[in-house]
Formats: sequence, C-alpha cells, structure tokens
Amino acid sequence: MQESFFFQAMVYLAAAVIMVPVAKRLGLGSVLGYLLAGVLIGPACLKFIGQEGTDIMHFAEFGVVMMLFVIGLELEPSRLWRLRKTILGMGGMQIGITTVVVAGLALLFGIDWKQALVLGMIISMSSTAIVLQSLNEKGLMQTAAGQSSFAVLLFQDIAVIPMLALFPLLASATPVSQAGAHASVTPIESLPVWLQPIAVLGSVAAIILTGRYLTPHLFRIVAKTNMRELFTATALLLVVGIAVLMTTVGLSPALGTFLGGVVLANSEYRHELESDIDPFKGLLLGLFFMAVGASIDFQLILANPALIFGLVLGLMACKLIVLLIIGKTFKLSTDQNLIFGFGLCQIGEFAFVLFSFTAQEGVLDKQLTDVMTAVVAITMALTPLAMLLNEKLLLTRLGVVNKDERESDIVAEENPVIIAGYGHFGNTVGRFLQANNVGTTVLDVDSDNVDWLRRMGFNVYYGDASRHDLLEIAGAGKAKIIVIAISDEQKRLELVETVKKHFPDLHILVRSTNRYDAYDLMNAGMLHIYRETLDTSLRVGVDALTLLGYRAHEATRAAKTFFVHDERTLKRLSAIRNEDEYVSAARETMEELERVIQADRSSPDLRIDEGWDENSLIQDAQSATRT
Amino acid sequence: MAKVLIQFAHPILSKSRVHKALIQSCANLNDVTINDLYERYPDMYIDVDREQALLRAHDIIVFQHPFYWYSSPAIIKQWFDLVLEHNWAYGSKGNALVGKKMFNVISCGGSREAYGPTGTNRYPINQFLLPFEQTARLCKMTYLPPFVIHATHRLTPDQLIDYGTQFRTLLAALAAERIDFQHVEPLDYMNDLVASLANQPV
Repeated sequence: MQESFFFQAMVYLAAAVIMVPVAKRLGLGSVLGYLLAGVLIGPACLKFIGQEGTDIMHFAEFGVVMMLFVIGLELEPSRLWRLRKTILGMGGMQIGITTVVVAGLALLFGIDWKQALVLGMIISMSSTAIVLQSLNEKGLMQTAAGQSSFAVLLFQDIAVIPMLALFPLLASATPVSQAGAHASVTPIESLPVWLQPIAVLGSVAAIILTGRYLTPHLFRIVAKTNMRELFTATALLLVVGIAVLMTTVGLSPALGTFLGGVVLANSEYRHELESDIDPFKGLLLGLFFMAVGASIDFQLILANPALIFGLVLGLMACKLIVLLIIGKTFKLSTDQNLIFGFGLCQIGEFAFVLFSFTAQEGVLDKQLTDVMTAVVAITMALTPLAMLLNEKLLLTRLGVVNKDERESDIVAEENPVIIAGYGHFGNTVGRFLQANNVGTTVLDVDSDNVDWLRRMGFNVYYGDASRHDLLEIAGAGKAKIIVIAISDEQKRLELVETVKKHFPDLHILVRSTNRYDAYDLMNAGMLHIYRETLDTSLRVGVDALTLLGYRAHEATRAAKTFFVHDERTLKRLSAIRNEDEYVSAARETMEELERVIQADRSSPDLRIDEGWDENSLIQDAQSATRT
Repeated sequence: MAKVLIQFAHPILSKSRVHKALIQSCANLNDVTINDLYERYPDMYIDVDREQALLRAHDIIVFQHPFYWYSSPAIIKQWFDLVLEHNWAYGSKGNALVGKKMFNVISCGGSREAYGPTGTNRYPINQFLLPFEQTARLCKMTYLPPFVIHATHRLTPDQLIDYGTQFRTLLAALAAERIDFQHVEPLDYMNDLVASLANQPV
C-alpha cells in the first residue's frame, strides 16, 4: 500500500498541513515546518518514505525553477541592470573567497588539491529556495539585505554553468571517471566544440525573442478561449519548456526560467502568470523542503556525530565570516549584514546535484560525498533556526546598541509627533507635517532606509517602535500624537497595545489595511483608523463618474457622502460582526460584503444634498397651480 | 431661559483678532452654544441632520462672521442651501423654525460712515443683510438688527476687550430673556441696545 501514489501524496500533504501551521504558530517559519515534516515522515521517524525521498527531491527541485521564474516576473530588466554591480561584485566575491578559504582548509586536512577545489566551489553555493522563501516570509526582500542576498544567489545560479564544465577537468584521470563522464553527456556535448557556444547563445536568444514577441500572441489566443486551466497549462508549458531547453544545452534551468520571467516582467500577463505558477511553486518548494528533511541520514550522523557537526558548524561559521566581510565591504549596515550573513551561510541544494555529479565523474569519492550530503542537509535545516536566533538574540541586542548611541539627540528633539514606519505611507504623512513646520520623530526598522533618510536631513531613527523603551527615548512621553504607519498588521496591533499600556495620553492615528484589520483596531479601542485604500478608491470612483459625464462637484459630493456612510457602516457592523474564529475566512468575507452592500442600498444617510434639490418645491408649486 | 446658538464662521481664525476676542469672551456662558462651522466641516461637507437638531434645540440663532464682500464666508451660504430644507424650514409643511429669533454678528474693515450714502460702500449694512433678513422671514423667524464691529483694522487692544464685554453682556441678556424685542426691532444695530443693558441690574 505504501507504494501507491495517493498514499504518498496523502502522507506528504498531511505532514505539511500539520507541521507548517504548528511551526508558524511557534514563530519558526514555514521552511522549518516543512523540514520538520520531512524528518517526521522520513526513514528516521515514522518511515512512511524511504530512499525514494532523494528522487522526490530531484523532482521537487523544479519548485526552485518555478520560484526563479516568479522572481524574474517581479524584476523588470531595468532593475536587474541596476543590480548588476551587486550581482557581479558581491556574488563574485562570495564564490571566489569562499571557494579559496574552504579549499585551503580542505588542503590542511590533507585532501588532494583538485578535490579541495571542487569541495570549495560546491560549498560556496547557498540555498536559493530556503533563503528567498524565508526572506519573503519575513518581508525582508526589499531591504538591502534581501536585495544583496538575491544578487548573490543569482550569481551562484550563473556560476553553476562554468562549474559543471570545470569538474570533469578536475577529475582524477582514472578510466572509471572517463566512463562516468561519458555516461552523463548532455546532448550539446555531442556537437562539435565550435558549435557549443553558438547553441548556448542561440537558446538564450530564443528565450528572449520568444518571450518578447511570441508569447504575448500565444497568451492572447489562450486568454480568448476563456478557459482558466488552459492558461495555467500554457504558463506551465512555458516554464517546463524553458527548463527542458536549458537542460539540453547544459545551462541551469533555474537561470533560464529566471531569464524568461524577466523578459515577461513588462508583459500585461505578468500577474496572471504569477498567480497561476505560484501555487505549483509553493507546493513543489514545500515538497522539496520535506524531501530535504527526509533525506537527512540520521544513522550516518549517529555514527560520526562529532565529525558531521564539526563540519556543519565549521563550514557555516566559515561561510558566515566571508559573507559578513563582503557585506561590510559593500557598506551594509550591521543589522542588514547580519541578516545577509545568517541567511546565506548554509550550503545550497545545488550541492546535492553537484555531489552526485562529482561522484559519477569520480571527482570526489563516495564516502566523502555521503558525509557531505548529510552535512549539507543539516546546514539547510539549521538555516531557519540561525535566522531566527539572529533575529531574536543579535538584532534585538543591536537595537539596544543603536539606541544608546542615538539617545541624546532623540531626547533633544521632543517632537509633538512620532511616526512609526517610514515607507510610502508614513513618509507622505511625515513630509506633509514637515512642510507645515510640525516636528516629527520617525522610527523605522529598515536601517538602510533610515541612513538614507538621515542623509536627506530627516529626523529618522532606527528601531522597532513596538518596544516601549525605544518609544520612551523617542519622546513618546512628551509627544501628543503617534502615527502608526507600519505595513505589518500584527506589528501594528502590538504597537497599539504598547502605546496604550505605557503612553495612555498619546493620540494614536493608525493605518489599517482593510475592513477586517480596521475591526481589529476598533476592538483594540482605536478611534482614528485610516483604511489605506478607501480614499484612493473613492477618488477613482469620482473620476470614473466624471468621465461618464457626471458633474465633477456632484461626483465629489457623492464620494464624500459614500465615505461618511461607509465609515458609519463600519462602526455599526463591527458591533454585530461574527466573532466566531472558526467561521472560514472566505465565508466571512462574502457575508461581510453582503452586509455592506445591503447597508449601501438601504441607508438613509446616502440621501444626497436635498437642500440643493428642488423636487419637493416643484411638486408643491405644481399642486398649488392644480388647486 | 432662552437658548442661544452661535453659528460661527471664519476661514482663518488664527489671523482674526476681533473674532478671537469675541469667541473668547462668550466661552462658557450658560445656555450659549458655539458651533464653529469651519472647524466642524473643514471640507464644507455639512452634517444636515446634526445642524437641524441644533436649530431645534435653540431659540436664538446668531450668525457670527466677517463681512466678506458684503456678505458671509462661503460656508454660511452652503449651510443655508443645505440645512434649511424645503418643508422643514420653509414651505407649506416647513415649521421647524417658527418663532425663533435670528441676527448677524459681523466685523468689517470700513467705518460706520463708509456704509452711509456718501461713503465708499454707499448703502447701510442693514441693506446688505437683506438676504439674511428675508431668509429669516421665509422661515417664520424674527430677524433682529445686527451687532456690528466697524473699522476692525484700527481697533486698539482695549477696544477689542470692550467689544468682547459688550458681546458677552448682550448674549447673557438674550439668554436670560431680559430683552424686550419690541424695543430692539426698530434699532439699526444691536450695539445701540448694549449701552442701555449696561445700566440695567443684572
């Protein structure tokens, strides 16, 4: 029964459905949840899956390919071009230095120089899947650390190509390895040498040209059929097609799909593609993480615990130090540098591929690759933990250090307004207040953003505003108003509670994402709640009415009336909202919308400006003439 | 006791000495409500229900404002347009305001002489206020003469305080119903009444 596909699917899905929410609940992040799920169902614990875990891992690696496609979609070519220095500089340095350092250490341990070099190169790789998934989940992709991590990972993906070409050359000249090399030839190697680069360049050009000129037409035709699943199929075909093409010419499929994504980033089908690929990507990545968890060979670890954990810690420390030095060189601030370093210090999933490849080629011996495979899996499993430790221990301590340095000049400010969060939202509020000569003290958690703003002459401080000691130093005791403009709903609620508890006299003006968030804030006793899309949507409504021929003033008044009505409805509905947490979110949304629409239809406060409307006067006049 | 409602409108109060003095002088008077229209409705979006409820709850409605272009600031006109609804304030079924009193309290740069037949403005203040007077009539209210502060740019701080005291005395007397409206209606300005009020025992 264990052989059946459905049984396997059930085991994987059940493990994910149980473990991921538990991990999230414990604040461990989804990646760690999947890894634990993998360990649980793997040979070490419940034995639902055995050695086939490795095969599944190779299959699930396709999730990484899809992830890079989605990342490419979000990255316009112009932005990629702007990142070129970071990609080449940081990425190049990271691979170069790590390879040299690890190879040097390997030589010290008496490993032959060829093998040492190969080991160095393999170990310099980091895990795109784990790092990007974790950074995304923590909302750090747009920070300096996120961008730098992405740049390094992208360069690593590119670097795999020359590595694969180089490894056979480094193989010990034994007949076994010759045979191995032949066994794994890619079709391109059967071409004459002069044709190979042309084939490679040709396929890259094919992706770019197809993406730019052919796919828009294809998508238009498919979209016209109005069959959603056909569009999904087309999107999958595109990704799989690129992957096949890339594998054929010996390039990394992830790199190819990334390129395809970038080419399509400006296309009008970008969001459609993204939402179609996203669930596949998520499931495959989850499967991949579970497979990594399941593949950890606990028997091997138990046999040589000292050797394996020594290698794990040694290699991670080694990579971490190299990364921190590079981050420092590229002027990342300390906290961003720590996120960058701890994020990338594991050995990536490419290592599995490269180890099996090198074993075949006879570059490295089987015993070494077995140990190293276990080491790689453990470093990957440890990454979410390392990031968590960095967050909970180092970064908070760093916050204290920063605070002390800046304490005196914050006290000197004593501004009436504190703004927590200086992204697009907070920064507009702040600029408006400063334009009217109102002093503001700004707290933000993105330290690079903070440094930049400070250079621009704004009073911006690094710090997590939900810590009451930091608020105290920012002058919350003397300020009149705090504007909570941070984008994270959970963080906002935490901050509200902190302010209510420690600074009850402060007026709280708080941003909210939508109705539900606004309800939560109302429950928290907030009086000044600003739904971030309400005003903008109504302005769109006004312009739409105006373009349809309504008079501008009437449309504007109607929008104001609607605004007042909607705020009233919100207050009324918040009282009768279904508090039962177990009602599914989707159903709640529908019911809520129904209530809102009903309120729109029946509301007496949507009557519009009757004083300007002479209907009743005219009726009176007409009935007077009739009598 | 009569309830007095001051419908106050000044688009930039921070720059007005006169109205600041007047508002301060009548703060915390019993039975006097100040409704600061520009503060309450900065975007001119007037809450008609609230305003109608306020009108119902008061007996004397005072419009206090600068005399911009021989009239009031825009929000007062908006207020009239929207709040005084047909069949509520006027019309065959519009009896909500019957018997209430209404007058204006205004400040203007020109002297009292400038509002004479030979002055720059040619007509007396009372004539410029005809739209207010007729509005009150149509809503079956009694329109009383205005309380006017002339030549505001030349007022000394002492004069400002003096006007504040006069205004406060007037409002207190109105609230206490110590005024015989038979005497008031023929007057040009409510100011002329205040001198006699000062001599009365409070």
